[in-house]
Amino acid sequence: MRVALFITCFNDTLFPGAGKAVVTLLERLGCEVDFPLEQTCCGQMHVNSGYGHEAEGLHERFARVFGGYDAIVSPSASCTAHVRERVESIGGKVFELTEFLVDRLGVTDVGASFPHRVTFHPTCHSLRLLDVGDRPLRLLREVRGIDLVELEGARECCGFGGTFAVKNADTSMAMLSDKVRHVLDTRAEVCASADTSCLMHIGGALSRGRTGVRTMHIAEILAAQE
Amino acid sequence: MSFKTAARETLQDAQLRRNIGKATTLIREKRLRAVAELPDWERLRDAGEAIKASAMATLPEQLERLEAAVTAAGGTVHWARDGAEANAIVASIAKRVGTDEVIKVKSLATDEIELNEALEAEGIHALETDLAELIVQLNPDDKQSHILVPAIHRNRAEIRALFEQTIARGQSLGNEASAIAEAARLHLRNKFLTVPMAVSGANFGIAETGTIGVVESEGNGRMCLTLPRVLVTLMGIEKVLPSWQDLEVFLQLLPRSSTAERMNPYTSLWTGVTPDDGPREFHLILLDGGRTQVLEDEVGRAALHCIRCSACLNVCPVYERVGGQAYESVYPGPIGAILTPQLRGLDAAPSLPWASTLCGACYEVCPVKIDIPSILIHLRGRVVREEQSKLTPEALAMKGMAAAFATRRRYEAAQRLARLGRGPLAKAAIPGWTAMRDLPEPPKETFRDWWKRERGEG
Ligand code: SF4
Repeated sequence: MRVALFITCFNDTLFPGAGKAVVTLLERLGCEVDFPLEQTCCGQMHVNSGYGHEAEGLHERFARVFGGYDAIVSPSASCTAHVRERVESIGGKVFELTEFLVDRLGVTDVGASFPHRVTFHPTCHSLRLLDVGDRPLRLLREVRGIDLVELEGARECCGFGGTFAVKNADTSMAMLSDKVRHVLDTRAEVCASADTSCLMHIGGALSRGRTGVRTMHIAEILAAQE
Repeated sequence: MSFKTAARETLQDAQLRRNIGKATTLIREKRLRAVAELPDWERLRDAGEAIKASAMATLPEQLERLEAAVTAAGGTVHWARDGAEANAIVASIAKRVGTDEVIKVKSLATDEIELNEALEAEGIHALETDLAELIVQLNPDDKQSHILVPAIHRNRAEIRALFEQTIARGQSLGNEASAIAEAARLHLRNKFLTVPMAVSGANFGIAETGTIGVVESEGNGRMCLTLPRVLVTLMGIEKVLPSWQDLEVFLQLLPRSSTAERMNPYTSLWTGVTPDDGPREFHLILLDGGRTQVLEDEVGRAALHCIRCSACLNVCPVYERVGGQAYESVYPGPIGAILTPQLRGLDAAPSLPWASTLCGACYEVCPVKIDIPSILIHLRGRVVREEQSKLTPEALAMKGMAAAFATRRRYEAAQRLARLGRGPLAKAAIPGWTAMRDLPEPPKETFRDWWKRERGEG
């Protein structure tokens, strides 16, 4: 199957590792992967911050760049949800990575091996806007050697919320400190998720607290063959 | 005060945070169980949403039907454009009755228009009879923090101490909830029997029959509605329901969503006046108070569907941390963040639409399916367009970023600048961030540079 990667501006600029893992993973599963270099940003940040008018051009641009593909895959639940809702002409062809693997490719065992203790933070947008359900967990459970541990209060927001983390920094930190406490309680080495934006937030606190816990995008675990 | 500043204050109150966290966690779990019992819960939500939408679409007609039915049943209907008009109507009725005291059953609408303060200025004391409202009223420095449990931020020890200083002065109440409740009961009983006038809110006003409905847990409301000679009900115009049968939907949705009960303990319904039973006089005040203006906003108007169940407060992670007082409104939490700025005008509460991470938990639980996150985003857009000058640093940054994203060439140039810590992408969010969290090391190579190196320009 030929698929287009929608890596998102955030991953492209700050977390290229998530994108590279998606490429490795999809190619291992037999997909022909293309990365349209004309892609920039889906406009979510603008819309959610109240600058929807600045995003209109970005929505049109997205539809132009990706219009020719039948399936578009993204390592961001949040951006996938945005495109699905706002870019009418192709919204239905955009998939978050775990949705694509489970629903379109029909696999849960992706041949990964990752012998570490891992906990998973399901992001708000993957849960409530995309309704990905337990797809990420079904994929992780099949990874060889993994010690997958449940996260208390998993469904609760980590406090990122895009500009919320900056505009209401104190409230955001109060939410984050509870999330981090739950992560530490699991004694996991790695906290994984389907959105690097939330992981940047959680990882920022884990790093500031010198906890030694790493954050990883779920694609990086599914691509691993240690 | 902006939400951010108010929240910073309440966040420092560790006791408040613990009290609210404990209470909301408990009610969240109970609600999930109560809702799971109904196999047709999602269809009930759809029905609730549809009834509200159709009532709002035909509002003038429904209100006229309601007025006619109430009048036919012996009640008197008054129309109030704003809080001042409503307050004046209540005060003039009290004066005619000749009382300097009225008893009240919990009503958010009267809090919204600050009726108690207005009556006080006329020498009339309004006594709250809902236990939680009474607790807040007894402490002049306190403010309500939840639409259903206004004293949710207080724990039992704090309430006992308050009672021992006020209505139960000189007594020692012990730590039993029943002793605290008994103190309140003794205090209120005398008032129920002697005060000639009561003021209530309304959960529903049924256009078809002119019936008004109040649901509550304690029974103190029932006392107010039946014992005094004169009953005045203040109702926001959005509370109207077209037909009697609509109740079957809302009497299922409301208790499960609000208190996680299958049925609320007291549902009081009355239609005008009844000879030899209940109040001799009934007045219904229909309050606009900004509501018709909210109706004009096609997206925002769904906020008027709210049945004040408070489920959205109980699941909101922001509310859980900051408490209701940070919203500086009788409507706190997610519903407050969309209703308050619309009722008061965006310029009066411009920071509230940002008091959310858009996590969506509120939409997931709302019994009438108000898409709160979408309305928040819509109101953010309105604040940015209507209220802010076009030249705020944030507006410039957003413009800059939109321009950078408009072509591949500019975007790639912005990425190169960002790696040097400059340009629109780098400036976006950094300062408030690094005070509390680390930023990841910027990667040596962007994804697209890696792709180009590995796969060529394609
Ligand atoms: S917005 Fe919905 S969940 Fe919140 S109080 Fe109103 S009806 Fe309840």
